[in-house]
Amino acid sequence: MSSVTAPLLQRPGTDWPGYSLAVGEPLRLDCGVDFGPFRIAYQTYGRLNPERSNAILICHALSGDQYVAEPHPITGAAGWWTTLVGPGGVLDTERYFLICANVLGGCMGTTGPKDLNPATGEPWALNFPVITIRDMVRAQKLLVEHLGIERLFCVIGGSMGAMQVLQWASSYPEAVVAAVPIAGSARHSAQNIAFHEVGRQAIMADPEWCGGRYLSLGHSPSRGLAVARMAAHITYLSEAALHRKFGRNLQDRNAVTYGFDADFQVESYLRHQGSTFVDRFDANSYLYITRAMDYFDLAAEHEGSLPAAFPGTQPRFCIISFTSDWLFPTSESRALVHALNAVAANVSFVEIETDKGHDAFLLHEPELFATLRGFLTGCAEHRGLTRFWG
Amino acid sequence: MADRSAALRFGTPDAAPANSSAAPDELRRDLRLIAEMIEPGVRVLDIGCGDGALLAYLAREKAVDARGIELSQSGVNACVRHGLSVIQGDADRDLDAFPAGAFDVVVLSQTLQATRRPRHVVEALVRIGKQAIVSFPNFGFWRIRLGLLWRGRMPVSELLSNSWYETPNIHLCTIRDFVALCDAIGTNIERSVTLDRHGRPFALDPRGGLANLLAEQGVFVLSGTSSGAKAR
Repeated sequence: MSSVTAPLLQRPGTDWPGYSLAVGEPLRLDCGVDFGPFRIAYQTYGRLNPERSNAILICHALSGDQYVAEPHPITGAAGWWTTLVGPGGVLDTERYFLICANVLGGCMGTTGPKDLNPATGEPWALNFPVITIRDMVRAQKLLVEHLGIERLFCVIGGSMGAMQVLQWASSYPEAVVAAVPIAGSARHSAQNIAFHEVGRQAIMADPEWCGGRYLSLGHSPSRGLAVARMAAHITYLSEAALHRKFGRNLQDRNAVTYGFDADFQVESYLRHQGSTFVDRFDANSYLYITRAMDYFDLAAEHEGSLPAAFPGTQPRFCIISFTSDWLFPTSESRALVHALNAVAANVSFVEIETDKGHDAFLLHEPELFATLRGFLTGCAEHRGLTRFWG
Repeated sequence: MADRSAALRFGTPDAAPANSSAAPDELRRDLRLIAEMIEPGVRVLDIGCGDGALLAYLAREKAVDARGIELSQSGVNACVRHGLSVIQGDADRDLDAFPAGAFDVVVLSQTLQATRRPRHVVEALVRIGKQAIVSFPNFGFWRIRLGLLWRGRMPVSELLSNSWYETPNIHLCTIRDFVALCDAIGTNIERSVTLDRHGRPFALDPRGGLANLLAEQGVFVLSGTSSGAKAR
């Protein structure tokens, strides 16, 4: 059969692969602004079945985008979740219809601060409304409805993606069969807000940031954004992983140079992470998206009660954490498990032993793959999906 | 395949480890007895569910809504890989989150003796389950008594395979001790089954001295608390 979405798809105004949805009706945001019209850029893999029951929404993390399983249109780097997505993969493109949308406020096609404000004809910059995780999910809901999907088989994501998964489960439980938040939390911790603030201050301290108006003025706060990325990247790893990867090894030299060049491999690595990031990411988007994560607190939306965030009929949850993740530690996932237990939700919780830190969800982690495959297959059987699989 | 609560094994009557794809006759004998006590279609929580042998059996044969808690990562992962809803956790810490009456049946098999606060755990069981099924090794079994009497050493046998300094079983009790705990908590013993050395059930009053001497393990079905000993 042909893809159900085909007639609905419109190319975005760029030559990037993928699709975009133009939303005409304004969307009421948490900050009170009615925002719109706007655009949602998204990518899909696999085919929607005639029952429209095999759709999986992938929610990307802070620095991710919709190019889950194909080369990035700017950097050419492999898709960020090729470890999971593909024919025969854990997220099997021969069985599931995968959707991933660039988040609201992003910079890969969905409307964000670098796009033109129709009122001024200039980039939105800091006039862009502050968005929240819930706003991102509201936009995704519009897209899912537009694709004619009443109920997603699964919503899955790591880190900020996990926040969106939880928001989906809380806001639209009837529209989600299975929810898989990986390396996530029901709220952003003080420590994580602190790290984000360091990143934002690095951007805003760059003289080329120009109060956010760098695009209009022809500047680029790439040094500030690179520093933000470097600092953040450390938090995605673990001491053990850094030691294993780099130790105190020197970069292309036999001795320290008694200067401030990148003597150590770890320095060189971080500089590389910073410099490649600025090619594909907008500094103001970084401010807005980190802010959205900071504001995320599911319990606060429900008078401080996390169980109250999950009323009524529940999706099946599979919560996954990693032992060496100090950014979203297991204790955060366990608090979530307890809240879901309190409402007698159907929960699986697996803590995976690894030294790879927070980034483990993006890496080759066989225990993660086996867990996800088992969970999804169990849900598919329960949902009667497997009868289409032949 | 992971052993059922590998760290907690000691009262295991059959040497063969449980298997998650176990056919009915392959299910460990005490688990089979527990499975027989559970009605079809009910909501079950198995605490210390190991690799999910009992849950898988109940889900398949009795269409129960099967959930589990397991301490070991290997056990949890095996369960989730097989499509079971299991959380990584332990009886001491993770039962308080469940609301009262969340499950029709809560199972705690061969795990009580390894908990830090057995009284708290049993209270939690009868709070969150309309029924609780608890199985545990009987430290009053005549062979254990005899071993201590003759050798003057902590018993190390087929069932008590760990030395005292290595055993995870920190709160061993006899059947009479357990009955006394149930009385102290004020929970009703709906049913009790005592098992001999070969895992065969025999009918003796659990409050009597003979059951306490002859049973290698006990399986108790508990329900509710008296008004004076209300949980939480």
